[in-house]
Amino acid sequence: MIMYLKVFLVGGLLCAIGEALILKTKLTPARILVAYITAGVLISATGLYTPLVRFAGAGATVPLTGFGHALAQGAIQGVQETGLIGAFTGGLTATAGGIAAAIFFGFLAAVCFRAKPKDY
Amino acid sequence: MENNKQSSARAAKENYAALVKRLTPKSKLAQGCLRAFWVGGAICMLGQAIADAGAVWLDLNSAAAQTLASMTLVFLTALLTGLGIFDRIAKYGGAGTVVPITGFANAMVSPAMEFKPEGWVLGTGAKLFTIAGPVLVYGISASVVVGILYYFIRW
Amino acid sequence: MPQHRIGAQTICFENRPRILATASVAGPKEGRGPIGNQFDLVIGDALFNQESYEQAEHAIFLEACKRCLQKAHIENRQVQAMLGGDLLNQIMAASLSARELSIPFLGLYGACSTMAESLTLGAILTDGGYASPVLCAAGSHFCTAERQYRFPLEYGNQRTPAAQWTVTGCGACLLGQGDEGMARITMATIGRVVDMGISDANNMGAAMAPAAADTLTAHFRDTHRTPMDYDRIITGDLGQVGSSILRELMKENNYGIPDDHYMDCGLTIFDPKEDVHAGGSGCGCSATVLSAHILPKLQSGEWKRVLFMATGALLSPTTNQQGETIPGVAHAVILEGGN
Repeated sequence: MIMYLKVFLVGGLLCAIGEALILKTKLTPARILVAYITAGVLISATGLYTPLVRFAGAGATVPLTGFGHALAQGAIQGVQETGLIGAFTGGLTATAGGIAAAIFFGFLAAVCFRAKPKDY
Repeated sequence: MENNKQSSARAAKENYAALVKRLTPKSKLAQGCLRAFWVGGAICMLGQAIADAGAVWLDLNSAAAQTLASMTLVFLTALLTGLGIFDRIAKYGGAGTVVPITGFANAMVSPAMEFKPEGWVLGTGAKLFTIAGPVLVYGISASVVVGILYYFIRW
Repeated sequence: MPQHRIGAQTICFENRPRILATASVAGPKEGRGPIGNQFDLVIGDALFNQESYEQAEHAIFLEACKRCLQKAHIENRQVQAMLGGDLLNQIMAASLSARELSIPFLGLYGACSTMAESLTLGAILTDGGYASPVLCAAGSHFCTAERQYRFPLEYGNQRTPAAQWTVTGCGACLLGQGDEGMARITMATIGRVVDMGISDANNMGAAMAPAAADTLTAHFRDTHRTPMDYDRIITGDLGQVGSSILRELMKENNYGIPDDHYMDCGLTIFDPKEDVHAGGSGCGCSATVLSAHILPKLQSGEWKRVLFMATGALLSPTTNQQGETIPGVAHAVILEGGN
């Protein structure tokens, strides 16, 4: 149970920081996404993100910094296994599930649904 | 003379910016952050629950369980976006829905639906990446750079 | 100086062209607003039985034009010119409607100032004896404008408090030289493009207010009138933020507008309980309110003389992303009731 509390607090905190950035700076949500994923890659490369994942589980992996972390760790693991080629294949291999799901379900949603005005 | 004109135009713009700032209502920072906090936290807890369930029932290792959690959240986002519910949650939760992987998924699903009238190829197919594309460009590029550095330095 | 001009920016119409008839079509949310029962038609849903929102916008535009001609008992082949525009790329709602109506067409783009722009030019054509009757129209649609200027409809983002809500609707007016009508156009003040360095696409009111103040001040200077000479100074879609800025600027210019002499279409069209933040916007905002609310009041004699000023933010997502600021423009038309 204490694990879920940690997930909630860390995940919530990452989101609250994002909200503060949206409201207080000129960063649009799209830029927040880019900033978070890039920050995740860089922090992960320094080795600081893995302890956070161990501490907070999905609280660290579900936010986009976690996506960046998976990309970075994938690239590093790829290099360990296949050398320089792994730098290119590793990141996408590690995150393929999420990306393919977003593309496939995005397409599926477009097949099934139509965009509606917000509150008509 | 020309310099004077320029500097007085700049001063007028600065005065005007101050007036606009005074008369434009502010977003509520504390309220926004609090909502983002609990909505984002709740989404992460859901992710943890899915990962735990995958580990227990499907006997997945931790990496696979994480992938399952991501994919399920992406699926739920696509479904809620399609049903026209996600944007309402996002309106309340703000960054609480943007920062988790749900924000990435919504950024792909919503243009795919929006541009459907322009056809399956140049509408849905091409526009799927209009908002989320940069995330992949910068995320993947950064990871490639990290991989190359790691190859040469091995920290 | 040309004979019909007074001052630097104002035209005085010798024959005072009449607005013979008007019609408005509005969306469901607009229909629920305070003036909802004054529109000629409130559509049931935003698609208006079409395949896409762009087609819906076109259908709304066409319907407003047709109803306007019907009310004037005039066939489209009798109309000598059509002036209109909207917010779509290549002003397609107006262009497609002109294709169907097959009236000689001059397409206009003035962003949300289009209705005043079309009335000004229509009055010039009519007054000069070049065309009569002339159909003037402007429209917009929330769903097409969101996609064009902002995000997909289902994209989850939070609007800022200064953001405005594009009106779904179209207003059309038929101008001519007839013997009776709803109101007469007596003057017009053509606005300059003014840019005070606002680049926030979510605060259009602030981008437009300086242009509105510039045109209004020019009008009072040219005509030696004051706000008290008008029953209402009516702005198009400045919204909450833009309106308060305009009135502050006018006070600085010594033409302060009292509360009971001021109205903003963007603050009139929606129920304040609806979540529209700073108010309505879009070409259709001033056009529908003019048609459904302002002209009937002039016709009934409740108002004798008003200044109708549609305000436009000349926003292009392309140049905005390249770092360019948002220029504003506003045109004022003086409408007088009675014959």
